[in-house]
Amino acid sequence: MTPLSGYLLVAALLFSIGLAGALTRRNAILVLIGIELMLNAANLNLIAFWRYGPHPEALTGMMFAIFSIAVAAAEAAVGLGLVIQIHRHARTTDLDKMNRMRG
Amino acid sequence: MSFVFYVLAALTLAGALAAVTLKNTVHCALALTVAFAGLALLYLELDAQFAGFAQILVYIGAVAILIVFAILLTKGSETPREGVYSRNSLAGLAIAASVFAVLGWAVIESARVLPNETAVPAVTVLQIGNALMGRYVLPLEIVALLLTAALIGAVIVAMHEKEETK
Repeated sequence: MTPLSGYLLVAALLFSIGLAGALTRRNAILVLIGIELMLNAANLNLIAFWRYGPHPEALTGMMFAIFSIAVAAAEAAVGLGLVIQIHRHARTTDLDKMNRMRG
Repeated sequence: MSFVFYVLAALTLAGALAAVTLKNTVHCALALTVAFAGLALLYLELDAQFAGFAQILVYIGAVAILIVFAILLTKGSETPREGVYSRNSLAGLAIAASVFAVLGWAVIESARVLPNETAVPAVTVLQIGNALMGRYVLPLEIVALLLTAALIGAVIVAMHEKEETK
């Protein structure tokens, strides 16, 4: 097994764990945690391909990962703000109990 | 494949697994921090020092703290009576397992053509800064705009609406 495929397997496993968390948990914050894990798995892929790619000095994969980290931070801030607002409105963060769009 | 890689991969995956399976939500957030730290160490192992330290700053320093704050503000640390898994959890588990099967099959099938050990790239923070200010200056400005919009948007969304409290 080459080092690159090892990293790719770890990233695939991390993505699947995040997906399982996002799809099976009831708490909205745990779903956000799952989404963060999936984003991080993608970043690991980007960095691994940058490291073992033909032109690491071009920095493309590295830049992609850095911008992806920034976008994920923005996503986390807005997502958690939404969860706090929904909790204030519906008194719950249980996704199974949130079954209407109207407040 | 070095010994360090296996240790770091095991640490990261154990943290991630604990983050999605533990019952107490605060414990989940702490396990998530372990997973983030493992990922940062994996980046360092991949000779991406800047990305590793950015990961520590952004994820452990900001996102994990933000998640802990959100858990405490929503009283999410209490375990609900109905259990922590949703009604459709078996379907979700099946979907995740099939996604991993496809991804893992693709990686193992393509392992022959993937490049083997390559030379360690000599990338300094100076080069990254030059690239950010030169070739990637437009994406950098767009990310700055996005972060400002997200900051204002998060404050507006989470702000208390006065007319509803009356």
